[in-house]
Amino acid sequence: MSTEGSDLFQLWVYLSGTPLLWLTATLVAYVIAEMLAAKSGRHALVNPVLIAATLLIVVLLLSETTYEDYFTGAQFIHFMLGPAIVALAVPLWRHRQMVRRNLLPMLMALLAGSTVAILSAVGIAWWLLAPEPILASLAPKSATVPIAMGLAENIGGLPGLTAIIVVVTGIFGALTVTPLMNALRIQNYAARGFAVGVASHGIGTARAFQVNETAGTFAGIAMGLNGVLTALLLLFWPFG
Amino acid sequence: MLQALTLLLVCQLLGETLVRLLSLGIPGPLVGMGLLLVFLAYKGGPDQGLNEVSDGILRNLSLLFVPAAVGVIQQLGLIQDQWLALGLAIIGSTLLTMLVTVGVFLGVARLMQARA
Repeated sequence: MSTEGSDLFQLWVYLSGTPLLWLTATLVAYVIAEMLAAKSGRHALVNPVLIAATLLIVVLLLSETTYEDYFTGAQFIHFMLGPAIVALAVPLWRHRQMVRRNLLPMLMALLAGSTVAILSAVGIAWWLLAPEPILASLAPKSATVPIAMGLAENIGGLPGLTAIIVVVTGIFGALTVTPLMNALRIQNYAARGFAVGVASHGIGTARAFQVNETAGTFAGIAMGLNGVLTALLLLFWPFG
Repeated sequence: MLQALTLLLVCQLLGETLVRLLSLGIPGPLVGMGLLLVFLAYKGGPDQGLNEVSDGILRNLSLLFVPAAVGVIQQLGLIQDQWLALGLAIIGSTLLTMLVTVGVFLGVARLMQARA
Protein backbone atom coordinates (compact mmCIF):
# COMPACT_ATOMS: atom_id res chain seq x y z
CA MET A 1 0.00 0.00 0.00
CA SER A 2 1.34 3.46 -0.81
CA THR A 3 2.07 5.87 2.04
CA GLU A 4 -0.60 8.20 0.73
CA GLY A 5 -3.24 5.46 0.88
CA SER A 6 -2.38 4.44 4.42
CA ASP A 7 -2.37 8.10 5.54
CA LEU A 8 -5.87 8.47 4.14
CA PHE A 9 -6.89 5.27 5.87
CA GLN A 10 -5.54 6.53 9.18
CA LEU A 11 -7.35 9.82 8.71
CA TRP A 12 -10.58 7.88 8.06
CA VAL A 13 -10.04 5.72 11.16
CA TYR A 14 -9.52 8.87 13.21
CA LEU A 15 -12.49 10.82 11.82
CA SER A 16 -14.95 7.92 11.86
CA GLY A 17 -14.18 7.40 15.55
CA THR A 18 -15.25 10.93 16.56
CA PRO A 19 -18.82 12.27 16.77
CA LEU A 20 -17.83 15.15 14.46
CA LEU A 21 -17.95 13.18 11.21
CA TRP A 22 -21.49 11.76 11.43
CA LEU A 23 -22.92 14.82 13.14
CA THR A 24 -21.64 16.92 10.23
CA ALA A 25 -22.73 14.35 7.64
CA THR A 26 -26.27 14.37 9.04
CA LEU A 27 -26.44 18.16 8.84
CA VAL A 28 -24.97 18.23 5.31
CA ALA A 29 -27.43 15.57 4.11
CA TYR A 30 -30.29 17.55 5.62
CA VAL A 31 -29.15 20.86 4.10
CA ILE A 32 -29.00 19.17 0.66
CA ALA A 33 -32.47 17.63 1.21
CA GLU A 34 -33.85 21.02 2.30
CA MET A 35 -32.44 22.69 -0.83
CA LEU A 36 -34.07 20.06 -3.03
CA ALA A 37 -37.38 20.47 -1.17
CA ALA A 38 -37.24 24.27 -1.56
CA LYS A 39 -36.39 23.91 -5.26
CA SER A 40 -39.42 21.67 -5.80
CA GLY A 41 -41.62 24.39 -4.33
CA ARG A 42 -42.16 22.25 -1.19
CA HIS A 43 -43.78 19.48 -3.17
CA ALA A 44 -45.20 16.86 -0.80
CA LEU A 45 -43.26 14.05 -2.49
CA VAL A 46 -39.90 15.77 -1.91
CA ASN A 47 -39.78 15.02 1.82
CA PRO A 48 -36.57 16.22 3.54
CA VAL A 49 -36.46 13.35 6.08
CA LEU A 50 -36.80 10.77 3.31
CA ILE A 51 -34.11 12.34 1.11
CA ALA A 52 -31.61 13.01 3.93
CA ALA A 53 -31.99 9.49 5.36
CA THR A 54 -31.59 7.91 1.90
CA LEU A 55 -28.39 9.90 1.24
CA LEU A 56 -26.95 8.90 4.62
CA ILE A 57 -27.87 5.23 4.21
CA VAL A 58 -26.05 5.14 0.86
CA VAL A 59 -22.97 6.71 2.48
CA LEU A 60 -23.06 4.30 5.42
CA LEU A 61 -23.39 1.27 3.13
CA LEU A 62 -20.59 2.45 0.81
CA SER A 63 -18.23 3.19 3.71
CA GLU A 64 -19.28 0.00 5.59
CA THR A 65 -20.15 2.04 8.66
CA THR A 66 -22.40 0.48 11.30
CA TYR A 67 -25.46 2.28 12.65
CA GLU A 68 -23.85 2.30 16.11
CA ASP A 69 -20.82 4.22 14.77
CA TYR A 70 -23.12 6.59 12.87
CA PHE A 71 -25.19 7.20 16.00
CA THR A 72 -22.18 8.36 18.06
CA GLY A 73 -22.48 11.60 16.08
CA ALA A 74 -26.17 11.60 15.18
CA GLN A 75 -27.28 11.19 18.81
CA PHE A 76 -26.80 14.92 19.40
CA ILE A 77 -29.49 15.67 16.82
CA HIS A 78 -31.72 12.80 18.01
CA PHE A 79 -31.45 14.17 21.55
CA MET A 80 -33.07 17.48 20.51
CA LEU A 81 -36.42 15.69 19.94
CA GLY A 82 -37.09 16.05 23.69
CA PRO A 83 -36.51 19.83 23.94
CA ALA A 84 -38.50 20.21 20.68
CA ILE A 85 -41.55 18.72 22.38
CA VAL A 86 -41.09 21.07 25.34
CA ALA A 87 -40.78 23.99 22.88
CA LEU A 88 -44.28 23.24 21.54
CA ALA A 89 -45.57 25.10 24.62
CA VAL A 90 -44.64 28.36 22.85
CA PRO A 91 -46.94 28.12 19.74
CA LEU A 92 -49.56 26.62 22.05
CA TRP A 93 -49.38 29.73 24.22
CA ARG A 94 -49.43 32.08 21.21
CA HIS A 95 -52.58 30.51 19.80
CA ARG A 96 -54.30 29.89 23.15
CA GLN A 97 -57.45 31.78 22.17
CA MET A 98 -57.95 29.82 18.98
CA VAL A 99 -57.25 26.64 20.92
CA ARG A 100 -59.84 27.55 23.56
CA ARG A 101 -62.47 28.26 20.87
CA ASN A 102 -61.86 24.84 19.26
CA LEU A 103 -61.39 22.89 22.46
CA LEU A 104 -64.37 20.55 22.13
CA PRO A 105 -63.84 19.62 18.44
CA MET A 106 -60.17 19.05 19.22
CA LEU A 107 -60.74 16.79 22.19
CA MET A 108 -63.39 14.69 20.45
CA ALA A 109 -61.26 14.39 17.29
CA LEU A 110 -58.24 13.47 19.41
CA LEU A 111 -60.11 10.76 21.29
CA ALA A 112 -61.46 9.24 18.06
CA GLY A 113 -58.23 9.63 16.06
CA SER A 114 -55.90 8.31 18.72
CA THR A 115 -58.05 5.23 19.34
CA VAL A 116 -58.36 4.52 15.61
CA ALA A 117 -54.60 4.98 15.12
CA ILE A 118 -53.77 2.26 17.64
CA LEU A 119 -56.62 -0.18 16.94
CA SER A 120 -56.40 -0.05 13.15
CA ALA A 121 -52.60 -0.49 13.02
CA VAL A 122 -52.63 -3.39 15.48
CA GLY A 123 -55.79 -4.84 13.92
CA ILE A 124 -54.43 -4.90 10.35
CA ALA A 125 -51.11 -6.45 11.42
CA TRP A 126 -52.89 -8.99 13.65
CA TRP A 127 -55.15 -9.95 10.74
CA LEU A 128 -52.00 -10.52 8.65
CA LEU A 129 -50.67 -12.82 11.41
CA ALA A 130 -47.83 -10.57 12.62
CA PRO A 131 -46.30 -11.79 15.92
CA GLU A 132 -46.84 -9.98 19.21
CA PRO A 133 -43.59 -7.92 19.36
CA ILE A 134 -44.49 -6.51 15.93
CA LEU A 135 -48.00 -5.60 17.14
CA ALA A 136 -46.52 -3.90 20.21
CA SER A 137 -44.04 -2.02 17.99
CA LEU A 138 -46.90 -0.80 15.77
CA ALA A 139 -49.28 0.28 18.55
CA PRO A 140 -47.66 3.69 19.33
CA LYS A 141 -46.86 4.42 15.64
CA SER A 142 -48.68 7.77 15.51
CA ALA A 143 -46.91 9.18 18.60
CA THR A 144 -43.64 11.01 18.00
CA VAL A 145 -40.31 9.13 18.13
CA PRO A 146 -39.08 9.66 21.72
CA ILE A 147 -42.56 8.97 23.12
CA ALA A 148 -43.29 5.95 20.92
CA MET A 149 -39.93 4.27 21.60
CA GLY A 150 -40.51 4.42 25.36
CA LEU A 151 -44.09 3.19 25.06
CA ALA A 152 -43.16 0.29 22.73
CA GLU A 153 -40.53 -0.87 25.20
CA ASN A 154 -43.07 -0.81 28.06
CA ILE A 155 -45.49 -3.11 26.21
CA GLY A 156 -42.99 -5.59 24.79
CA GLY A 157 -42.21 -4.04 21.40
CA LEU A 158 -38.83 -3.37 19.77
CA PRO A 159 -37.82 0.31 20.22
CA GLY A 160 -35.53 0.31 17.15
CA LEU A 161 -38.27 -1.06 14.91
CA THR A 162 -40.78 1.35 16.44
CA ALA A 163 -38.53 4.31 15.57
CA ILE A 164 -38.61 3.23 11.91
CA ILE A 165 -42.36 2.58 11.93
CA VAL A 166 -42.97 6.01 13.46
CA VAL A 167 -40.75 7.75 10.91
CA VAL A 168 -42.39 5.93 7.98
CA THR A 169 -45.83 6.79 9.41
CA GLY A 170 -44.73 10.42 9.65
CA ILE A 171 -43.41 10.55 6.10
CA PHE A 172 -46.47 8.77 4.70
CA GLY A 173 -48.84 11.16 6.50
CA ALA A 174 -46.82 14.18 5.32
CA LEU A 175 -46.90 12.89 1.72
CA THR A 176 -50.62 12.19 1.63
CA VAL A 177 -52.26 14.86 3.81
CA THR A 178 -52.39 17.67 1.24
CA PRO A 179 -53.75 15.62 -1.70
CA LEU A 180 -56.19 13.81 0.62
CA MET A 181 -57.61 16.98 2.19
CA ASN A 182 -57.75 18.78 -1.16
CA ALA A 183 -59.61 15.83 -2.72
CA LEU A 184 -62.14 16.02 0.14
CA ARG A 185 -62.37 19.82 -0.38
CA ILE A 186 -61.64 20.49 3.30
CA GLN A 187 -60.56 24.13 3.68
CA ASN A 188 -60.51 24.34 7.48
CA TYR A 189 -56.74 24.48 8.15
CA ALA A 190 -57.19 23.95 11.88
CA ALA A 191 -58.94 20.62 11.20
CA ARG A 192 -56.47 19.61 8.47
CA GLY A 193 -53.47 20.34 10.69
CA PHE A 194 -55.02 18.62 13.67
CA ALA A 195 -55.65 15.47 11.64
CA VAL A 196 -52.09 15.21 10.33
CA GLY A 197 -50.69 15.91 13.81
CA VAL A 198 -52.71 13.07 15.36
CA ALA A 199 -51.90 10.64 12.52
CA SER A 200 -48.25 11.45 11.85
CA HIS A 201 -46.75 13.49 14.72
CA GLY A 202 -43.68 15.72 14.18
CA ILE A 203 -43.04 14.94 10.51
CA GLY A 204 -46.70 15.68 9.72
CA THR A 205 -46.39 18.82 11.85
CA ALA A 206 -43.29 19.95 9.96
CA ARG A 207 -45.25 19.51 6.72
CA ALA A 208 -48.26 21.37 8.12
CA PHE A 209 -46.08 24.36 9.10
CA GLN A 210 -44.91 24.52 5.45
CA VAL A 211 -48.47 24.67 4.14
CA ASN A 212 -50.10 27.03 6.65
CA GLU A 213 -49.21 28.50 10.08
CA THR A 214 -52.63 27.67 11.57
CA ALA A 215 -52.36 24.11 10.29
CA GLY A 216 -48.88 23.83 11.80
CA THR A 217 -49.98 25.08 15.21
CA PHE A 218 -52.92 22.70 15.39
CA ALA A 219 -50.70 19.85 14.17
CA GLY A 220 -48.23 20.62 16.94
CA ILE A 221 -50.98 20.64 19.55
CA ALA A 222 -52.35 17.38 18.14
CA MET A 223 -48.91 15.80 18.29
CA GLY A 224 -48.49 16.79 21.95
CA LEU A 225 -51.97 15.69 23.00
CA ASN A 226 -51.75 12.45 21.04
CA GLY A 227 -48.49 11.62 22.81
CA VAL A 228 -50.27 11.87 26.16
CA LEU A 229 -53.39 10.00 25.06
CA THR A 230 -51.45 7.20 23.32
CA ALA A 231 -49.52 6.70 26.56
CA LEU A 232 -52.76 6.53 28.54
CA LEU A 233 -54.54 4.21 26.07
CA LEU A 234 -51.57 1.82 25.99
CA LEU A 235 -51.88 1.34 29.76
CA PHE A 236 -54.70 -1.02 28.69
CA TRP A 237 -52.45 -3.02 26.33
CA PRO A 238 -53.79 -6.60 26.67
CA PHE A 239 -50.69 -8.63 25.71
CA GLY A 240 -47.20 -8.90 27.19
CA MET B 1 -30.54 32.12 23.45
CA LEU B 2 -28.61 30.28 26.13
CA GLN B 3 -31.23 31.15 28.74
CA ALA B 4 -34.03 29.90 26.50
CA LEU B 5 -32.27 26.62 25.74
CA THR B 6 -31.56 26.15 29.44
CA LEU B 7 -35.23 26.76 30.23
CA LEU B 8 -36.29 24.06 27.73
CA LEU B 9 -33.82 21.56 29.20
CA VAL B 10 -34.79 22.40 32.79
CA CYS B 11 -38.46 21.83 31.93
CA GLN B 12 -37.61 18.50 30.30
CA LEU B 13 -35.46 17.44 33.25
CA LEU B 14 -38.20 18.35 35.74
CA GLY B 15 -40.68 16.47 33.54
CA GLU B 16 -38.52 13.33 33.47
CA THR B 17 -38.02 13.58 37.23
CA LEU B 18 -41.74 13.94 37.97
CA VAL B 19 -42.61 11.04 35.64
CA ARG B 20 -40.17 8.76 37.44
CA LEU B 21 -40.97 9.87 40.98
CA LEU B 22 -44.72 9.48 40.44
CA SER B 23 -44.41 6.54 37.93
CA LEU B 24 -46.79 8.36 35.57
CA GLY B 25 -46.37 6.26 32.41
CA ILE B 26 -46.40 9.51 30.39
CA PRO B 27 -43.25 10.61 28.53
CA GLY B 28 -41.12 13.19 30.38
CA PRO B 29 -40.85 15.78 27.56
CA LEU B 30 -44.67 16.05 27.49
CA VAL B 31 -44.78 16.83 31.20
CA GLY B 32 -41.99 19.32 30.43
CA MET B 33 -44.21 20.97 27.81
CA GLY B 34 -46.99 21.28 30.39
CA LEU B 35 -44.55 22.81 32.89
CA LEU B 36 -43.33 25.35 30.32
CA LEU B 37 -46.93 26.25 29.52
CA VAL B 38 -47.63 26.88 33.22
CA PHE B 39 -44.44 28.97 33.38
CA LEU B 40 -45.55 31.02 30.33
CA ALA B 41 -48.99 31.60 31.86
CA TYR B 42 -47.28 32.80 35.06
CA LYS B 43 -44.84 35.08 33.19
CA GLY B 44 -47.47 36.38 30.77
CA GLY B 45 -45.76 34.89 27.69
CA PRO B 46 -42.36 34.01 26.20
CA ASP B 47 -39.54 36.57 25.92
CA GLN B 48 -37.75 37.25 22.64
CA GLY B 49 -35.07 34.65 23.29
CA LEU B 50 -37.54 31.85 23.93
CA ASN B 51 -39.59 32.87 20.87
CA GLU B 52 -36.50 32.68 18.68
CA VAL B 53 -35.16 29.40 20.07
CA SER B 54 -38.49 27.56 19.95
CA ASP B 55 -39.25 28.86 16.44
CA GLY B 56 -35.77 27.80 15.34
CA ILE B 57 -36.18 24.27 16.68
CA LEU B 58 -39.72 23.81 15.34
CA ARG B 59 -38.81 25.20 11.91
CA ASN B 60 -36.18 22.45 11.62
CA LEU B 61 -38.26 19.71 13.20
CA SER B 62 -37.71 17.37 10.22
CA LEU B 63 -33.94 17.29 10.85
CA LEU B 64 -34.45 15.74 14.29
CA PHE B 65 -36.06 12.62 12.76
CA VAL B 66 -33.18 11.87 10.39
CA PRO B 67 -31.03 9.80 12.82
CA ALA B 68 -34.03 7.58 13.68
CA ALA B 69 -34.88 7.19 9.98
CA VAL B 70 -31.34 6.05 9.15
CA GLY B 71 -31.89 3.26 11.73
CA VAL B 72 -33.82 1.42 9.03
CA ILE B 73 -30.50 -0.20 8.01
CA GLN B 74 -30.44 -2.00 11.37
CA GLN B 75 -33.92 -3.45 10.91
CA LEU B 76 -33.73 -4.69 7.31
CA GLY B 77 -34.11 -8.37 8.26
CA LEU B 78 -37.21 -7.84 10.37
CA ILE B 79 -38.73 -5.55 7.75
CA GLN B 80 -38.15 -8.16 5.02
CA ASP B 81 -39.95 -10.76 7.14
CA GLN B 82 -42.90 -8.55 8.01
CA TRP B 83 -43.08 -6.04 5.16
CA LEU B 84 -46.68 -6.76 4.18
CA ALA B 85 -48.12 -6.50 7.70
CA LEU B 86 -46.00 -3.44 8.52
CA GLY B 87 -46.71 -1.71 5.21
CA LEU B 88 -50.46 -2.26 5.16
CA ALA B 89 -50.80 -1.42 8.87
CA ILE B 90 -48.95 1.89 8.41
CA ILE B 91 -50.72 2.90 5.18
CA GLY B 92 -54.21 1.80 6.21
CA SER B 93 -54.03 3.09 9.75
CA THR B 94 -52.50 6.48 8.86
CA LEU B 95 -55.12 7.25 6.19
CA LEU B 96 -57.97 6.04 8.43
CA THR B 97 -56.67 8.09 11.36
CA MET B 98 -56.52 11.29 9.29
CA LEU B 99 -60.03 10.72 7.90
CA VAL B 100 -61.60 9.95 11.29
CA THR B 101 -59.80 12.85 13.01
CA VAL B 102 -60.72 15.48 10.43
CA GLY B 103 -64.30 14.13 10.20
CA VAL B 104 -64.92 14.28 13.95
CA PHE B 105 -63.26 17.72 14.22
CA LEU B 106 -65.48 19.22 11.49
CA GLY B 107 -68.57 17.36 12.68
CA VAL B 108 -68.31 18.60 16.27
CA ALA B 109 -67.45 22.15 15.11
CA ARG B 110 -70.58 22.15 12.91
CA LEU B 111 -72.77 20.85 15.75
CA MET B 112 -71.48 23.61 18.03
CA GLN B 113 -72.20 26.26 15.37
CA ALA B 114 -75.72 24.93 14.86
CA ARG B 115 -76.39 25.16 18.60
CA ALA B 116 -74.98 28.68 18.99
